[in-house]
Amino acid sequence: MAKVIGLTGDEAVAYAVKQCDVDVIAAYPITPQTVIVETLGEFVANGELDAEMVHVESEHSALSVVTAAALTGARVFTATCSQGLALMFEILYITSGVRAPVVMAVANRALSAPINIHADHSDSMGARDSGWIQLYAENVQEVYDMIFMAYKIAENRDVLLPTMVCLDGFTLTHTLERVEMLDDEVAKKYLPPKPTYPYPISAEKPATYGSLALPDYYFEFKMQQQDAMNKAKEVIPKAMEEFSKVSGREYDQFKAYAIEDADVITVALGSTGGTMRSVARELRKQGYKVGSLTLRVYRPFPAEALMEALSGAKVILAMDRTLSFGAIGGPLFEDLRTLFYDAEKRPLIADIVYGLGGRDLTPAEAKAIFKYGLEIAKSGRIPELVKYVGVRE
Amino acid sequence: MSKLLGWRKIPIGTIILEAGSTFEVRTGDWRTFKPVIDHNKCTRCGLCYYYCPDGSITLEVKDGKIVKVDIDYYHCKGCAICEGICPVKAITMVEEVK
Ligand code: SF4
Ligand code: SF4
Repeated sequence: MAKVIGLTGDEAVAYAVKQCDVDVIAAYPITPQTVIVETLGEFVANGELDAEMVHVESEHSALSVVTAAALTGARVFTATCSQGLALMFEILYITSGVRAPVVMAVANRALSAPINIHADHSDSMGARDSGWIQLYAENVQEVYDMIFMAYKIAENRDVLLPTMVCLDGFTLTHTLERVEMLDDEVAKKYLPPKPTYPYPISAEKPATYGSLALPDYYFEFKMQQQDAMNKAKEVIPKAMEEFSKVSGREYDQFKAYAIEDADVITVALGSTGGTMRSVARELRKQGYKVGSLTLRVYRPFPAEALMEALSGAKVILAMDRTLSFGAIGGPLFEDLRTLFYDAEKRPLIADIVYGLGGRDLTPAEAKAIFKYGLEIAKSGRIPELVKYVGVRE
Repeated sequence: MSKLLGWRKIPIGTIILEAGSTFEVRTGDWRTFKPVIDHNKCTRCGLCYYYCPDGSITLEVKDGKIVKVDIDYYHCKGCAICEGICPVKAITMVEEVK
């Protein structure tokens, strides 16, 4: 029987990273991520983890350090969120462009201004086109498990793409939950062998890294990244299936509840998925045909699997915890709408924007969201394409 | 440049697996002004060699002594750092006439 302990989301990341036997860590403190690297710092200081801990002066440097370290074949880790992720922006594209399999925890936090330290997805959503794989965890157990899967996916030789593990600030980072640990031996067997990168920098085999590519070659390198993302679509479910086997915990690209015969299905990222499921369960008992789906993989978007899972619904409600200013709707909404454009049977798809800057989504509001969906199902008409839930007028 | 290759045929992530490929890139044609050494004035101190950001100054060394200093115009970008650093003003920047 695996060890069970109580961990916060941040601690769960640190414990998993330790078990992944990382070689280089570089990070800059930022709430609510700080506990992750503090805990890792303790592991390194007391000898539990044999890794190089690089203390950098900014997130920009943190990501630069781990990107370069990854190209030497080392297993690397960093963590950030919000303004820190914003400061990394320049390097995000370089990490994916040089195909460094970096794993980063993003403790989702709202972006300034106004300054705020609580959860929403505006930080990681802003990076959705940066060529990183994005995983979102619903609870602390998933946070812990996803770190292992992230390395498995990122370091896969057909993929070699950096991967973010996103966990809602405070809701997950600072909440203590029961976590079933993986045995070190099991973890070791699950993870890919080192070196993590096929062309590690070495003095014996000099090569050029991060070179210039002008109009004659730039496009080709971007196509390679696109190809890697497409391959990741196949690698991710396999990595999850394998993890399910070794851990005994069921993993798929999403976690669905009662979607088979549901008229209304909500699709959410992160911890909100738990709220929606629990409310859906309650409504089911009262006879309402509702279901919920928590999406664990946002990039690459698991289009085919989602299409299959959701196609029976009359109404899909996309739950966007971010704003895409001036767009038709939030990013999740737009992806889902695009997905069903060519479908034979097209569900009605509406957007729910909620929870900005850490605003709670109460069970009462969640219930109202499902009821709103049921109304749409009944009338066949979407009153507001984007509905803002929980904001005062 | 030879025939352009497709994305399936090139190494990933902009890696160039053979070392020293930069040597082939002609950066000399970026120049507006070219440095010219007056070999009568030059004391062969070697300072320009160390300061050139492009490695475009070449030294000929015999018995541990610099006997000749030259400029590699194939790579020199004409930044004029060598002109500024030369203690005896042996380097002059001359406008390129094209
Ligand atoms: S002009 Fe600049 S690049 Fe050219 S030789 Fe002098 S220092 Fe080097
Ligand atoms: S710095 Fe001037 S004197 Fe010294 S080697 Fe160069 S050109 Fe000659």
